[in-house]
Amino acid sequence: MATLTSTANPPATRARASRSERLAPAAFLLPAVLVVLFVSIFPLLLSLFLSLSRLRFEAGGLKVQFVGLDNYRKLLFGSEQKVLFGTLATPSLIGWAVLAIVAFLALAAVYRAIRDARSGRAVVGRALAGMALIGLTYLVVASLLAPEGRPGTMVVTMLYVVVGITLQYLIGLGLALLCAQQLPGRRFFRVVFLLPMMITPVGVGYLFRMLADTNKGPLEPLWVALGMQDFAWSNNAWGARIAVMVGDIWQWTPFMFIVLLAALEAQEVEPVEAAIVDGASNWDIFRHITLPAILPVSTTLILIRMIEAFKIIDLPNILTNGGPGTATETMTLYAYRIWRALDIGGSAAIAYLLLFLVTFFATLYVRALRGRMSTVR
Amino acid sequence: MRSFFRSTSPFKPSPFRMLVSYLILGAWALIILFPLYWLTITAFKLPAAVNNGPFYLPFVDFQPSLHAWEYVLGEVGNDTIRLFTNTVGVSLISATLTLVIGSGAAYALTRFQFRPKVGTVLVFLGCVLLAAILTALGAPWALAVAVAIGLFVVSLVTIARRFTRALGNNDIAFWLISQRIMPPVAVVIPIYIIFQQLRLLDTWTALIITYVATHLPIVVWLMRDYFASIPYELEESAQIDGASRFRIFSQIVLPLSVPGLVATFLFVLVFCWNEYLLALFLTNARAQTMPLAVVAQNATRGPQWWYMSVLVLIMILPVIAMAIALERYIARGLLVGAVKG
Repeated sequence: MATLTSTANPPATRARASRSERLAPAAFLLPAVLVVLFVSIFPLLLSLFLSLSRLRFEAGGLKVQFVGLDNYRKLLFGSEQKVLFGTLATPSLIGWAVLAIVAFLALAAVYRAIRDARSGRAVVGRALAGMALIGLTYLVVASLLAPEGRPGTMVVTMLYVVVGITLQYLIGLGLALLCAQQLPGRRFFRVVFLLPMMITPVGVGYLFRMLADTNKGPLEPLWVALGMQDFAWSNNAWGARIAVMVGDIWQWTPFMFIVLLAALEAQEVEPVEAAIVDGASNWDIFRHITLPAILPVSTTLILIRMIEAFKIIDLPNILTNGGPGTATETMTLYAYRIWRALDIGGSAAIAYLLLFLVTFFATLYVRALRGRMSTVR
Repeated sequence: MRSFFRSTSPFKPSPFRMLVSYLILGAWALIILFPLYWLTITAFKLPAAVNNGPFYLPFVDFQPSLHAWEYVLGEVGNDTIRLFTNTVGVSLISATLTLVIGSGAAYALTRFQFRPKVGTVLVFLGCVLLAAILTALGAPWALAVAVAIGLFVVSLVTIARRFTRALGNNDIAFWLISQRIMPPVAVVIPIYIIFQQLRLLDTWTALIITYVATHLPIVVWLMRDYFASIPYELEESAQIDGASRFRIFSQIVLPLSVPGLVATFLFVLVFCWNEYLLALFLTNARAQTMPLAVVAQNATRGPQWWYMSVLVLIMILPVIAMAIALERYIARGLLVGAVKG
């Protein structure tokens, strides 16, 4: 049969082959597109609709009532405002200074866009981004850097992201620099440092709950020495927040470490050797050779971690249950708590606000770096 | 890919610097290992040994006991085994499927030119939105989907053709990757409703489909650059010899990208293995995974640290073994994606 077709009708086989060739691109790409449509895009649109409605579970199914922007109004201006934004108060002097710096930078960016005669769209975009940035900064400043302020879930989430990632990056970079040296036995450290990443965040939550116990935990002698044996981390707002951040840093520093180490080891040796011959100090080498070499990796690394860190839920949920009050509650945890109270529309609205927040930060970060990277390279 | 793991390094530390380095590295190793040590000994403690204060050394401070292991593996052993098989099965299948689908997409995006029309995309989105609204308003989902598909086909041949602006490969890649930005909590309720309609709640299928979608971006992100770094000439010569696209992909491209595939697989596997939020929403008994069981040990009389530690240990040992075995690949695979991503 095979010989018959191939000898008797060669053009047909060729046509068939080219047809499968023509379909190949779609065959490779389509499964991914379909899965993402089914599980991401379609639910995302449905979620948008849910966030504009009120759902009630009744006998025999759901009752959906369209309420417009009510859920958002409740979050932004109504009864839930204090949970989301926290208690805002007059900022301290440092707070005003921070706000002034951010406002100045935002205005400078807009001014530069106008001066360089960019397109109107760029100017408008920068103006909007600048306004949002000033607004968010005010939110942070008025709740964290104000004597009477109290941060809401939005600020707490941003706090975890910014502080957590900064420390993770710095520790990870420091360890990677140490490990990149010619030390006998550094493979041991490489393997050990990788471990926390493999542990379920739920497990990490419980692990740190045990460690934070000032009575029966393994660090009890330390707490006794510090006179803190009756201190409960979970009853103190900042104590609880620090516990969550420490757990997050413990878990995710390895990710920074492992990729930065690979980047350091991939570095060209020749420039470093030349610099050593020229008598450059270690700091000079780091500042002018190593740092530029690992900068592209670092920016992507921080972006990846930033996107992931905004969604943190397991750790605060296990470690402190969001408490005391809502002091350690992240937006994801907040959405989950609201969902459990069966306010599904409100939960979807929080999720959408979180989506806006993450997108805003990711876009801003990428934009800011794109300008900077071109000058660095 | 020349110099990822150079055996010699230009930084030859002096003895003093070496000592300081060892001290710092050792301190961090202690910070990592001590909690794990505490977890391990807690798994062998009796409740009294946990509750009466910190005891550090087995046989010296406290008498180790296997009671928690007997409970977890014996008394409720069937539950544990079911949870463990669920976790293993769901994450292995999800990670494999994600890798297959994702690397296919990544390959397509590096080797073929796609030019989807903006109009088509917009019309499609409109139809999806219509189906969503119809379903939410109470129409049966099958009917809503049928209406949407019909409308899409009709408008495809009428309206969409008038739009000529086209998107490119980078737009598709960005679209796929941007899904990672979305917090799972934003879609988990609709997914719950969809799976409820399809009667798939509390099944492996539901978890697998969701995991594949949520982790696809990672695979596309990492593998796209890996494939781009493979010289195209290899594929061209195979093409001249008459090999089909699928054969080129499976027999030339994939074998050449094993480090990247291994790293990505391990990464996705760990994510699925440890996933908590989606599993919490989508399962309630039969398809539950280990993280939920760990949380469930937080009983009304306070957390049962001993059972919890046993469960966490059972859960992390396989992944840690794998991570140690494949450690070299992880860094390499992640780096390629991170450099160009």
